[in-house]
Amino acid sequence: MSLAGFGGVLVFARRAIVEQHRWMTAEEFNETFALCHFLPGPNIVNLTMVFGSRFRGIAGGLAAFAGLLGPPTIIMTVLATLYARFGDVDALRRILAGVSCVAVGLLLSVVFRMMMPLVRKRDAVGLVFLLAVFVAIGVARLPLATVLLVAVPISLAVAIVMRRRAT
Amino acid sequence: MNGEGNPLLTLAATFGLMSLFAVGGANSAVPEMHRVAVEVHHWLTDKQFADVFAISQLSPGPNVLIVTLIGYAVAGLGGALVATLAMCLPTALLAYGVSRFLGRSSHARWPAIVQAALVPLSIGLMAASGLVLGLASDRTWVAAMVTIGAAVAASLTRLNPLWLLLAGGILGFAGVI
Repeated sequence: MSLAGFGGVLVFARRAIVEQHRWMTAEEFNETFALCHFLPGPNIVNLTMVFGSRFRGIAGGLAAFAGLLGPPTIIMTVLATLYARFGDVDALRRILAGVSCVAVGLLLSVVFRMMMPLVRKRDAVGLVFLLAVFVAIGVARLPLATVLLVAVPISLAVAIVMRRRAT
Repeated sequence: MNGEGNPLLTLAATFGLMSLFAVGGANSAVPEMHRVAVEVHHWLTDKQFADVFAISQLSPGPNVLIVTLIGYAVAGLGGALVATLAMCLPTALLAYGVSRFLGRSSHARWPAIVQAALVPLSIGLMAASGLVLGLASDRTWVAAMVTIGAAVAASLTRLNPLWLLLAGGILGFAGVI
């Protein structure tokens, strides 16, 4: 499964876990994913760990972890070796330049898609936080840890206050 | 690599720490990876970083494996392994611990609040990734147009991203960019 995920494994993971093998119900999957989404770190890796541990405890988790990361890490290492050797070849440089332009475009489209719900809900607070983090990290190039140690507590506090007011 | 002790230890510490702040997944941490790998340690040039990102998007597997490539550039095979494990294992264990802990109590309210608080932050981080990588890879007007074109195409269609990446590669090979 790990190798099926061009540009992200999540869709394939969901299909296999929920639809093919029925290891989890759709709700269980969504709950687990939500949990892994707000924990730090690569979501899909966390999801795999939690998922594996449902079956065989920590050993199952580690097995799933190794299964997810093992094969692609090997491929990636091979690619890294090739890049180290042929990275200066002119044709390859040009190809990679083209691919990276598109890769950035794909990333932007993901950002755009994720932003739309906030815009539609007119979530001004959320958009302000979004912009602040964007400027702090992207423009001012401040260290991630510093920015998040400030932004996360404030954002959490605001979210709690808003929730109280709403109910 | 630049005279500050064992590069493997530096890698492990750097990515182990970074993973704890990767709110919303691997792409959120890209600006931090760029800051550390290009600006602080000079492990890679700007252009190499853009290449490495392109390779990680082209390859199968979780996108987080860009750290494998950075690790390799720093310290070869060992570096690749150490960087990957440092980025993935600590948070995976954390997720395991938290899910065990939450599994016993009901947890209906907190995730919604935490999600409302963190989603805008992680989108902001990803937007910053876009900017940093865009500055690294779009050095000409044509290149910027290709990026915009890809963003529009990916937003409006359900085309498999792999086709767009391949198209970019072909344009690049043809010397357009």
